[in-house]
Amino acid sequence: MTRYDAPTHWQSRYDHFIGGEYVKPHHGRYFANPTPVTGQNFCEVARGTAEDVEKALDAAHGAADAWGRTPVAERALILNRIADRMQENLESLAIAETWENGKPVRETLAADIPLAIDHFRYFAGAIRAQEGSLGELDDDTVAYHFHEPLGVVGQIIPWNFPILMATWKLAPALAAGNAVVLKPAEQTPASIHYWLSLVADLLPPGVVNIVNGFGVEAGKPLASSPRVAKVAFTGETTTGRLIMQYASEHIRPVTLELGGKSPNIFFDDVSASRDDFFDKALEGFTMFALNQGEVCTCPSRALIQQGHYADFLAAAVDRTRAVRQGHPLDTETMIGAQASNDQLEKILSYLDIGRQEGAKVLTGGSRADLGGDLSGGYYVEPTIFEGHNSMRIFQEEIFGPVVSVTSFADLSDAVKIANDTLYGLGAGVWTRDMNTAYRAGRAIQAGRVWTNCYHAYPAHAAFGGYKQSGIGRENHKMMLEHYQQTKNLLVSYSPKKLGFF
Amino acid sequence: MRDPASTTGGDPVSVPGSDPVPVTGRDPVSVTPAAAELIRSLRGQHGPLMFHQSGGCCDGSAPMCYPAGEFRTGGSDVRLASLVVAGVPEPVEFWISASQWELWKHTTLTVDVVPGRGSGFSLEAPEGVRFLIRSHLTPP
Repeated sequence: MTRYDAPTHWQSRYDHFIGGEYVKPHHGRYFANPTPVTGQNFCEVARGTAEDVEKALDAAHGAADAWGRTPVAERALILNRIADRMQENLESLAIAETWENGKPVRETLAADIPLAIDHFRYFAGAIRAQEGSLGELDDDTVAYHFHEPLGVVGQIIPWNFPILMATWKLAPALAAGNAVVLKPAEQTPASIHYWLSLVADLLPPGVVNIVNGFGVEAGKPLASSPRVAKVAFTGETTTGRLIMQYASEHIRPVTLELGGKSPNIFFDDVSASRDDFFDKALEGFTMFALNQGEVCTCPSRALIQQGHYADFLAAAVDRTRAVRQGHPLDTETMIGAQASNDQLEKILSYLDIGRQEGAKVLTGGSRADLGGDLSGGYYVEPTIFEGHNSMRIFQEEIFGPVVSVTSFADLSDAVKIANDTLYGLGAGVWTRDMNTAYRAGRAIQAGRVWTNCYHAYPAHAAFGGYKQSGIGRENHKMMLEHYQQTKNLLVSYSPKKLGFF
Repeated sequence: MRDPASTTGGDPVSVPGSDPVPVTGRDPVSVTPAAAELIRSLRGQHGPLMFHQSGGCCDGSAPMCYPAGEFRTGGSDVRLASLVVAGVPEPVEFWISASQWELWKHTTLTVDVVPGRGSGFSLEAPEGVRFLIRSHLTPP
């Protein structure tokens, strides 16, 4: 067991990073940034406005052309060097991310930061391997297709995985040759600046610009600017629609990741033996507590087949009760703090409506007071509700460590319940029968169906939503094309006229 | 901040192309005194206001407060209420997508406010507070 000390590598204040240097906010205002671990402020951050966004767009436009013409080998090398720096500083990045977001350090050490490192390497490789195409239309005519960068793109980052989600957006955009203006979430504005302190010297000035601030003051000017060629956003549906509305004014693309209410389906044969697979399935159930449930694909609806319902659920309750809640910087801690006070309050409001609707609390159900310094932090007990799929706790993304459990009769019933949701981002299927796994996986309307696993996020596996969960696929080379134009050169090699005129 | 306030929602109104809002005998949306105070303050700073109830990831389930007309509602939305707030000259419309209301319609909503950082483009976030929905089962 290791208990890390609170990180001391923060600056007391972070300005905007524009054109390769730190620039004070136009209006000179800052906001305090608390750690959810204790609720205490640990730095202050520039409160950006439209003027700062314009300055960042100036810098990005100044850099975009040269970056877009930089050979792919050189762009890839820079991404690989970013990955190397992150690898060398993995531990300090992980500690910073935990202090910023509240999540347990064993997750940032083993998942967030290693995944981010690999993501830069993946897109460094993907851009080297990407080729245009040509079509030989006839003996004299060839259609060439080139990939060209969009130019300057805007990216709005969520607070649940501040560094990893920034990486999901930055790596493909930079690989494809775009300059970026990025706005971190106001709940988690600082860890990206620690990351930047490690890699800023690797990037040409103006290629990556970071403007901090609140959504309404800094996010909106970025999302609605006619000077961005594309906006990428991860968040919720109303803001997603608003960003599409702004995009419609300028006729430009967006990619959106807007969440889900992911079903995690456990067929009877999971319990056929008390073996490693059964143990793995119980871990799969308990994945609702990963990252305190603050994951767009949180497996927050568990559907358990009737034949083993009681036994499997009892074992799942035991596994959930074994989740260790504690100081996020302790490597033994399995669940840390929710990211902000308003997030805590929202989760508590759902625990309330769940009880009102008649759902039964099988374990948890309350805020957790961990004592000492942590009393000021935002902690919630891992909670299992038992109820039915029409309850609001089965239909809305609580974004907390809360799973709602119900039973199903057979495959078609499981699929019906699984698809009875507005969203379609992730799903889990657990069975020893590969035919059942295949049928269920193909029938579920979700962009990712984890089959006998859950919450794996490797680069090279496309991630994105059906239905109201959004538009686009991250984590895969296909994301490159979301950051590229297609240029077609249609070339005639014939000297002869057509004969029309 | 949990008690429903004296300020209440107006009649629920259905929009062409969307499901009608059932009349339950109780206003579908009300606001707490603290939320009403914040609405008055935001009205003074930003002019007429509207709400659109969000869903989904991150700050989903939060009511987003915008300058009136900033968010374009359409046939996929339902206007749940026109909130009458003392000191605010015009009603504040409260909207939700029809598909989401279909799942929420057995509950009554109270707009409250809590300390927080907020997100999305909602107007109150820079004030260090966040609108929050509290829900209650609607009596049959």
